[in-house]
Order: sequence, then structure tokens, then C-alpha cells
Amino acid sequence: MRRKERPSKPRLKEFQPQIERIERRLFLKQGLSLGALTLLSACNLKDDDAVDRLLWSISRWNDRVQAALFDPQRLAPTYTEAEITRPFPFNAYYEEPLAPVIDGSSYRLSLSGRIEDKQSWSLQDLRALPQASQITRQVCVEGWSAIGKWGGVPFRQFLERIGADLSARYVGFLCADKYSTSIDMATALHPQTLLALDFPGAPGETKYGYPVKVSVPTKLGFKNPKFVAEIFVTNDYPGGYWENLGYNWFSGS
Amino acid sequence: MSQSRASEGQGEARGHALFVRVTHWINAFAVLVMIGSGWRIYNASPLFDFRFIPELTVGGWLAGALAWHFAAMWLLVVNGVAYLAYGFASGHFWRDLLRIGPISAYRNLRLEWTTLTMHGVGEYNPVQRILYTGVVGVLALLVVSGVAIWKPVQFQRLTAFFGGYDEARYVHFYAMTALCAFVALHVTLAFSVKGVLRSMITGRPPKAAASKE
Repeated sequence: MRRKERPSKPRLKEFQPQIERIERRLFLKQGLSLGALTLLSACNLKDDDAVDRLLWSISRWNDRVQAALFDPQRLAPTYTEAEITRPFPFNAYYEEPLAPVIDGSSYRLSLSGRIEDKQSWSLQDLRALPQASQITRQVCVEGWSAIGKWGGVPFRQFLERIGADLSARYVGFLCADKYSTSIDMATALHPQTLLALDFPGAPGETKYGYPVKVSVPTKLGFKNPKFVAEIFVTNDYPGGYWENLGYNWFSGS
Repeated sequence: MSQSRASEGQGEARGHALFVRVTHWINAFAVLVMIGSGWRIYNASPLFDFRFIPELTVGGWLAGALAWHFAAMWLLVVNGVAYLAYGFASGHFWRDLLRIGPISAYRNLRLEWTTLTMHGVGEYNPVQRILYTGVVGVLALLVVSGVAIWKPVQFQRLTAFFGGYDEARYVHFYAMTALCAFVALHVTLAFSVKGVLRSMITGRPPKAAASKE
């Protein structure tokens, strides 16, 4: 989901608002191809800074439209075992051999932000919670899609269990592979959003996000973080790795 | 071709109404952005064994192309709805476009095809009527199949109507191909028939044809 064309410039790792702002400018400046420039000059849009800001504000508008279109009860279609895509495609912002291999026995899931009980969770503790599994389609922002099976803890139950502020706006994810993303609370509470502990692929295969991934069948693949190390709940827009570079934040399916 | 009523009784040729001209050029801009950015999006995960030449695309990279695509879609839809509302309300469609009865359309087809480039002013010939009505249908199909790709969960019935997510991508692609074919023909004729391009800008009918009337 996350390997895609990238601008040739230094990569952002942390959330730094000032850098983000500069990044946005750069991203859309690069976005002005010859064709677009020709069109734009014909339309008297002279400086690309104004166009950048316009595109960004339309993307924020599209976030709101998608949030309004999102039905918290509507379930993503589910599929049969026979329809599962094998092998399930690997995708990240790095090549496959660079996927982290995490020791499940020493793994701890950290919690922060608007959460009452911030104690970290071991894989064993997570396994002890009620489990569910589902076969859903993951749609990539690139256009392809694949059907896979994920099992784990329904995310709503987990959020309730840890005393998360369910009226907060965002749930953010920091990952062991330096990836990050965030989703709206309504989507976090959707019945199919899963704190996944079981992944596509052969038993023991870790590249799909072991030990913890968040599966969000109502959003594009890049909103489904793998190798999750920390979950935080916040009212401040957290952005994310691809979102800060210009991909639409809501990205609902 | 919506006619200005003032000139009607005098036997003069009639040009395009201002509303038609404005929505035409907004649509032209939106369509070019949609096609150019759509090609870039296609390149990220091609359906066929080819990619579009990057220099011909809009957006520079995938996120840029998506930003353009999901911005221009509003322009395309809002402008398109305004055009359709005007076309039906003003009588422009009934009068000029939708008279595609089998008789008028096909009996004169051979004759009209040979005289297509003569381009009668103030009236659409059957070929034009079919093409201009058809392209509205193609644009509508592009919008609807695009929504099916954009929201395969929220609008899953629509996506299922197209046969599924992947099938909707193919429909979207084929509709784009049809639109490109229309644009190629339309632009070629617009440049080869004297005065019609200017007419779509100024509203004044082409001279040569005007004098014929």
C-alpha cells in the first residue's frame, strides 16, 4: 500500500508543523506538470503557491465530505476463503527485505494521549481479549486491491477497555518501521476496524505487520498501519507519513 | 447550439448562448485536468501492458495527480449539472440535441456525413446530435463509475452494479477512452471548420456559413 512514486527530497520522519508546511508547498509545486502549467496559465492562475493552497484546502474539504458520507454502521463487503488473494501483495514505503522483524515475546504496545489506562500491552495480553476475524478487500490508493484475512481484537472493544476518550477526534498510530498514520474516531469505532494479530500469508511470516496491525476495511490501505508500536488518542490533527506529503487524510473507501 | 432569439426572425445565423460557451470552456478545463491526472493515477497501477507518457500527465506524482483529480471532479460535476439544468430548462436540448429520432438521424446520415465539415450554423446535424448527446452520457458514466471506485464500501451497491471494484476500474478506463476519442474528433473538427472555434468563444456565428443563410 505504501510503496509508490515519491518526490525526490528528504523524507519527513516526525510531525513538525513548520516542515510540514514547507513539504506541502514542495509537493504541489512538483505537481505542476507542463500540461497543468499550460492549462493554468490559460486560466490566469499565475503563482503556484495559490494553486497549492487551493488543492490543499479542497483536500480538507474532501475530508469533510467523506466523513459525512461515512456510515458508521455500513459494513465493508466480506469474502470467502476461496476468494483470498494469494500471495497477498506486500507494500510499504520501503522494499520488502527492509520490513522489520519484531520479537513477539518482548513486544509491548504503548499507549498515550487521551487514554485512562496507559499501561502497555504484551502480545499475550492482547491474545487474551475477545478475538474476531474477517475476510475483506484492501484497496490501495494506487488502484489495485487484494482480499485478505485478518484476525484480532475489535478495535472498539480495545479502545473501551483502555478507557480511551471516545469523544476525541483522532486515533494515531506510530509504527516500528517509522511509518505513521491516523484515523477519525468514527472509523476507529466501526465494527470492522480490527487490532489485527493474525495476518495474510504463511504462519510465522512477519512482513504483513507482525505483531500488531490495524485493519481498517473502510479506508484505503495506507490507512492500515503495520508493525504498530504506539497508539495515541488526540484532538490535535496528527497527520501521517503519506498524509503529510499530500495524500488525502480521510481516504475512506 | 443555443440561438439568440433576437436574431431569429431576421434570417441571420445564430451563435452559442453565453451560458453554453462559459460551461463549455469550464468543462474543457475540467476534462483535461481529469484525463491528465487520471492517466497519472492509472500509471501507479496499470490495467493494461502500457503506461501513459508522464510528460502528458497532470500532477507530477501520484499524490499530486489524486489531488488534482479529486479537486477537478467538483468542477466537472457542478459545471455539468449547471449545464444540464440550463439545457433542459432553456429548451436547448429539446430544440437542438435530443431530436435523434431514427428517421432524422439515419435517413440523412450519409448526406450529413459528407457535408459534416460544411457545418450548418444554428443547427446540429444528426451526427453532431448523436455525438454531443453521447458525450454527455460518457461523462455521466465516468462520474458514476468514478464514484464506484472512490467509495466501494459506502456505495457498494453501485460498485456491485459495475460488477465489482476491479470491473468498475475497467469501465472508468473504457469511458475515458471513449471521451478521448470524442475530444480528438471534436478538436480536429473545431480547428478544421473555419470560424467555429471563434464562435464558441465570442458567440458570433462563423461568417462563411452565416452568409449562406
